[in-house]
Amino acid sequence: MLTLTVNGVAHQIDADPQTPLLWVLRDHLDKTGTKYGCGIAQCGACTVHLDGQPVRACQTKVGDVGTAAVTTIEGVSGRVAEAVRTAWRGLDVVQCGYCQSGQIMSAIGLLSSTPKPTDADIDGAMDGNVCRCGTYQRIRAAIHDAARTLA
Amino acid sequence: MLKVHPTPPAATPSRRAFLGGAAATGAVLIGFHLDAGKAVRAAAGPDLSTLPAQPNAFVRIAADDTVTVMIKHLDMGQGNATGLATILADELDADWAQVRTAFAPADATLYANLLMGPVQGTGGSTAIANSWFQLRKAGAAARAMLVAAAAARWKVPASEITVASGVVAHAASNRQARFGELAEAAASQPVPQEPRLKDPSQWRLIGTKVARLDSAAKTDGSAVYALDIRRPGQVTAVVAHAPRFGGVVAAVDDKAARAVPGVIDVVRIPTGVAVIAKDTWSAIRGRDALVLTWDDAGAETRSSDAILASYREMARRPGLVASERGDPEAAIKGSAKVLEAEFTFPYLAHAAMEPLNATIERASDGGYDVYAGCQLHSVEQAVIAGTLGVTTDKVRLHTQWAGGSFGRRATPGADYLAEAAAILRATGAKAPVHLVWTREDDMAGGFYRPTVLHTLKAGLDAKGAITGWTHTMVGKSILIGSPFETMMVKNGVDATTVEGASDTPYALPAFRFTVHNAREGVPVLWWRSVGHTHTAQVMEVFIDELAQAAGADPLAFRLGLLSSAPRLSGVLKLAAEKAGWGSPAAKGSGLGIAGHESFGSYVAMVADITAEDAKVKVNRIVAAVDVGIAVNPDVIRAQVEGAVGFALSSVLRNRITLKDGVVQERNFDAYEPTRMSEMPLVEVHIMPSTAAPTGIGEPGVPVLAPSISNAIFAATGQRLRSLPLDLSGMKGV
Repeated sequence: MLTLTVNGVAHQIDADPQTPLLWVLRDHLDKTGTKYGCGIAQCGACTVHLDGQPVRACQTKVGDVGTAAVTTIEGVSGRVAEAVRTAWRGLDVVQCGYCQSGQIMSAIGLLSSTPKPTDADIDGAMDGNVCRCGTYQRIRAAIHDAARTLA
Repeated sequence: MLKVHPTPPAATPSRRAFLGGAAATGAVLIGFHLDAGKAVRAAAGPDLSTLPAQPNAFVRIAADDTVTVMIKHLDMGQGNATGLATILADELDADWAQVRTAFAPADATLYANLLMGPVQGTGGSTAIANSWFQLRKAGAAARAMLVAAAAARWKVPASEITVASGVVAHAASNRQARFGELAEAAASQPVPQEPRLKDPSQWRLIGTKVARLDSAAKTDGSAVYALDIRRPGQVTAVVAHAPRFGGVVAAVDDKAARAVPGVIDVVRIPTGVAVIAKDTWSAIRGRDALVLTWDDAGAETRSSDAILASYREMARRPGLVASERGDPEAAIKGSAKVLEAEFTFPYLAHAAMEPLNATIERASDGGYDVYAGCQLHSVEQAVIAGTLGVTTDKVRLHTQWAGGSFGRRATPGADYLAEAAAILRATGAKAPVHLVWTREDDMAGGFYRPTVLHTLKAGLDAKGAITGWTHTMVGKSILIGSPFETMMVKNGVDATTVEGASDTPYALPAFRFTVHNAREGVPVLWWRSVGHTHTAQVMEVFIDELAQAAGADPLAFRLGLLSSAPRLSGVLKLAAEKAGWGSPAAKGSGLGIAGHESFGSYVAMVADITAEDAKVKVNRIVAAVDVGIAVNPDVIRAQVEGAVGFALSSVLRNRITLKDGVVQERNFDAYEPTRMSEMPLVEVHIMPSTAAPTGIGEPGVPVLAPSISNAIFAATGQRLRSLPLDLSGMKGV
């Protein structure tokens, strides 16, 4: 049994420590907001926060999480998260929406460390998050909008 | 808000395309008209304005005042749930804040796509186009029923009652009621069959920016996709498929797989070997442990290079004539200049972000419940029923938000749903089965945009006018060999393969288009904009070459050939004007233009690129679109922006290749979608129009490639034709 803290709640998990955190979240805890896209850290759909830092849950073994706090799209909150969600909704960024949990988690990570990101900062932080619908223009605009809100 | 005038109903008598044929199971007869795009623009298409109003099928008003619009289509990101709700809510005079959506069940008697015949399904960019009159009428009828209920309750004339923003009012007596207060009484009112539709000047939602109805749920993790379905007691299945298309299992050693913790069962099914486990990771690990031997006797074992080489052989022989006028050979022979070109296109995977998956269970009433991103409901229902050996009425489809599709979920044989049903059957339907395709399964699973070869020859006279044009295309038909072959293929020509070229709007005095149907074992399918994915590149690059050879401006050359295509000319001019066409470009940069009609919508793009050695940076795309009345202008802009992001990686690098029959690209590392840093600025201009609305899910895709190809020529003088663009020899300036 492993103890895993997700969105502030401690869970006892019966899983092989080698299991990717992604599948523990989705299949053991029904936290299905975190998405499976590629399984090889090429698309970012599974992005969650470990102690506030964005990581790819498909490449994070649950046994390596230890006492770090896991935050998923369902639980992420605070001023930055609120600004990001508001900006996303204001610009109607989403299309199919499947990648957007990961996009939002990466964007919150970016704005938490870099409150006024340049376009180059956005490229750097967001290039690992694929959106097959091609919503990048609005994601970029929404990040700038959120930064203005937070300023 | 756009100022528009109502479109008079088409004068042509109604002619629905009821076509008979056998579905994939062979057991169920359904009609199907897949060439819905043609129906949109054809004068002989069905007259959708004369169908009766069906408010009960499309709107639910609850006591809590919510208005739920039933969505008969799949929303895979294109925003049709919002668009369809807009149409109905406007006629109903609902407040946008009270509007919700729900996906309709599979029921072709109520929810057929009116441009596909009596089949419920989504494709050909038809969701808005086929629903336009249907939902306006449903909304108007529901509004009239609310008014009638209020008139009866208040004992006032219905003509004195007004409705606005979800409130029904009678000013003279100072009475008003919310929709929810009248809903029950309204339901017992007779349904008016010919409710009065609004004059466009009365529209309050259509033509404005309304907030997408799925934005909130898709930004907090609560939106449910099929992969998120969790049924009580469900088991997860992954399937080992043959490494080569057409291969079958010869032998299975599942001892190690069964020993993997969490694995429950291993079953053979027609498409391979399914590992059933208590969760996804256990199922994947169980599959890794299978020891399988495959029989490739009936498999496609060629490499993609060999397949393309066989196409070049075929192109030298006479093909099937898809379109012909005049004597193009003779005309070309006497020309001052003759141009020849070859274009090749690779297989492309759809690679939607949500890999294919479905959940299926047997219910206590003997029926079956299926949870999936259903796209061809009627076909899927029939295929699942056939697989389970039950009648279609036993199969209930629960459509979920789809994490993309781009055509992949609309498979004539409903492949992955048949597989899910086969696993349920093989496991005795003991537990709900949640079938998951991994990214690798999804990408290597076939049903690609076909690989295609085009060879062309055209002549110019001394004044630079086109004399004749011959055009040969080789590719695997999407429909030949499918259950729809007998219905949809005429004289061997599959319209979904040649569309956009054999029916070119350019005034070519002598023209012949011939086609060869290749018959390889690789399954092919429509991929966002179907035949236009290659025909637009061929037509718009070759026209550019002819313009250059004629010493003409590429825009002026096109317009000179499009006098009978005013809407296409219109978007070309609008895009050119907004992009600053004709102004000098910086060294190493260039503008390229392309325009194309698909699915009844007209799109032009001007690409602004910078060429560096073996690299191209797409700086800006200026697009102009004519989709008739713009129901949701912001959704239209989003679809065009997204089409650029979606298609760019297929222009620059994506290809599916086979080595000895085995797919080489299996994940996003080898088949890399467009990323943030590559995304150009996209500017979208919408042509004001009074024409009935057409679709925009697909039509943004075709013109991106030729606009970029033509811009590269403008910047470097190098003509790149085939996709993905081979930049290896390109020199920047």
